[in-house]
Amino acid sequence: MSSAVDLDEPPAATPGDGGSPPRRRRDWGRTLVRGIGQTLITLGLVALLFVGYELWVTDLIAAQDQEQLSEEIHEQWRDDPTVAPAPAAPVEQPFTPAAISVGVGDPFAVLHIPRLAADYSRVIVEGAAQDQLAQGPGHYIGTAMPGEQGNLAIAGHRVGRGSPFLDLDQMRPGDPIVVETADAWFVYRVLGDPATGSFDGDPSGIPGQEIVRPEAVSVISPTPGGPAEGPASGAYLTLTTCHPKYSAQQRLIIHARLDGAPISKATTPDGPPALAG
Amino acid sequence: MYTWIWRHLPGPFPAKALAALVLVAAVSALLLFVVFPQVEPLLPFTDVTVTP
Repeated sequence: MSSAVDLDEPPAATPGDGGSPPRRRRDWGRTLVRGIGQTLITLGLVALLFVGYELWVTDLIAAQDQEQLSEEIHEQWRDDPTVAPAPAAPVEQPFTPAAISVGVGDPFAVLHIPRLAADYSRVIVEGAAQDQLAQGPGHYIGTAMPGEQGNLAIAGHRVGRGSPFLDLDQMRPGDPIVVETADAWFVYRVLGDPATGSFDGDPSGIPGQEIVRPEAVSVISPTPGGPAEGPASGAYLTLTTCHPKYSAQQRLIIHARLDGAPISKATTPDGPPALAG
Repeated sequence: MYTWIWRHLPGPFPAKALAALVLVAAVSALLLFVVFPQVEPLLPFTDVTVTP
């Protein structure tokens, strides 16, 4: 009597099968191991793809975003009724720039850092959450606006998303950081002693550069290093990014102070000499 | 997994190879432009702000 199903004999190969071996019971072990191997390799490739994403794709997306923001803000400034043309007679009273109030996510200023690149220019948006920082430097909500007393605090990515603050460690004491708004230029200078290159030595005691833990929120206080609700003792600018380059373990902080009065765009449309570095 | 996919692609070898490349490109694009942007905020190594 022949058995209905003979497990020890391989079934006849079916056409279009490509000649693959039949799945005998002991082949399941091999299949499992091969499956695990393929899965691990796939996961590895996905991880590599993610690194590529962080390094290149986010840069592409951020560059597009910055172009869009740049168009948006320059259009806004062209149509701004508060920016008056230069008066015929010399202005008697000192130039006071218009107050700025923007919603979260809106661009309101352009950051120029000659030390990082001759034509370095990034649009700053209001807010320092992931969504805003993905587009470029973001302004910590509640901190000072350009030119105001207090601390104009801006966060930016070190690596990826356009890498606006990649070479922030190259900043030296005295380096200008120029903030451009609808009607004015503000020149801030990194604290420290330009002659010796030391970041310490400013009479305020605030260092031009420091590396801190991520929890060190006092760096964005109205007086850097002071209490969060404390008084403002000057017009400061603080930049924050992560440190070391590919890690979020610490923060690299740059402190700068406003150098001179705001420069009216009506009289100096091409920017202050500090823009040349 | 990959041999299963390969076996089920239609056509002779060149057509299969092309189809395989298209599949890889499609999956990569899906990952790069859809999955990764969604997953990224959940990962801790992209923080650049100071927070208490």
